[in-house]
Amino acid sequence: MSEKYVAAAYLVVFVAVLAYVVIIGTKLARLEAALAELVERVRARG
Amino acid sequence: MRDTFVGNRLPALAGVTTVLFGIAIALIFFYAPTDADQGISQRIFYFHVPIALTSYACFGWGAWKALRVLWKRDHRADVESYVAIHQGTIFGALTLVTGSLWARATWGHWWLWSSRQLVLFLVLFLFYCAYFMLRFSVEPGPRRANLSAVYALFGVVLTPVSFLAIRLAEDFIHPTVFTRDGPQMTGSMFAAFCVSLAAMLTLFATFYSIELAGKRIDAQIRELREALS
Repeated sequence: MSEKYVAAAYLVVFVAVLAYVVIIGTKLARLEAALAELVERVRARG
Repeated sequence: MRDTFVGNRLPALAGVTTVLFGIAIALIFFYAPTDADQGISQRIFYFHVPIALTSYACFGWGAWKALRVLWKRDHRADVESYVAIHQGTIFGALTLVTGSLWARATWGHWWLWSSRQLVLFLVLFLFYCAYFMLRFSVEPGPRRANLSAVYALFGVVLTPVSFLAIRLAEDFIHPTVFTRDGPQMTGSMFAAFCVSLAAMLTLFATFYSIELAGKRIDAQIRELREALS
């Protein structure tokens, strides 16, 4: 009976770490897009 | 210098964290014996307590950086304090969830309002949740940095109260593992606990560095955008 609570506790930590990595990955993609846009603007200015 | 850290040392830190987690899981499930009193549910302890201690470390680090904001007028420390408190709140939420699961497995209840230490940790967690409301209700700048720093310093006072409550409480519901006579567990249990604590602290260091690097790049992009417009 207690096994499911132990599994749930470890699963919660694993899911939280995974969610954090996904959020950071999404943010990194947004930063890359913003940086690419700025590079384009600088190039357009000559 | 900081970019070098992100570029060179961060992957190493992430690697150490992964290895430590692997060792911790192996020690918890294949080396540490099953507790005679609580049975398998005691294995939640190896993650629950290190997560709680890491959240205290995050809040302490956030308060130290907040002190630097007020004392040295170090404007970089403001974002460092914010990131540490953000991490502490995540670890705090995990403490509450894993603690609740452990309570359900051993006491038969998800939560006990009569247990002062549980309520005090919840108060600490909610206090730091309110930090974000305060921070984002003020325009970015020195005023926001100062207000956030003062709040973070007030919050750190609650940390020892929450930590000591487990020892001073008279209800004896929450177990006290670390006493004046040392850790009340076998050597193999203590080894699993120490590795797990090291894994959690390096996880915090890794996430802290990643989030901080992201915040700094974000700020630089914003500055660059303003300069180009």
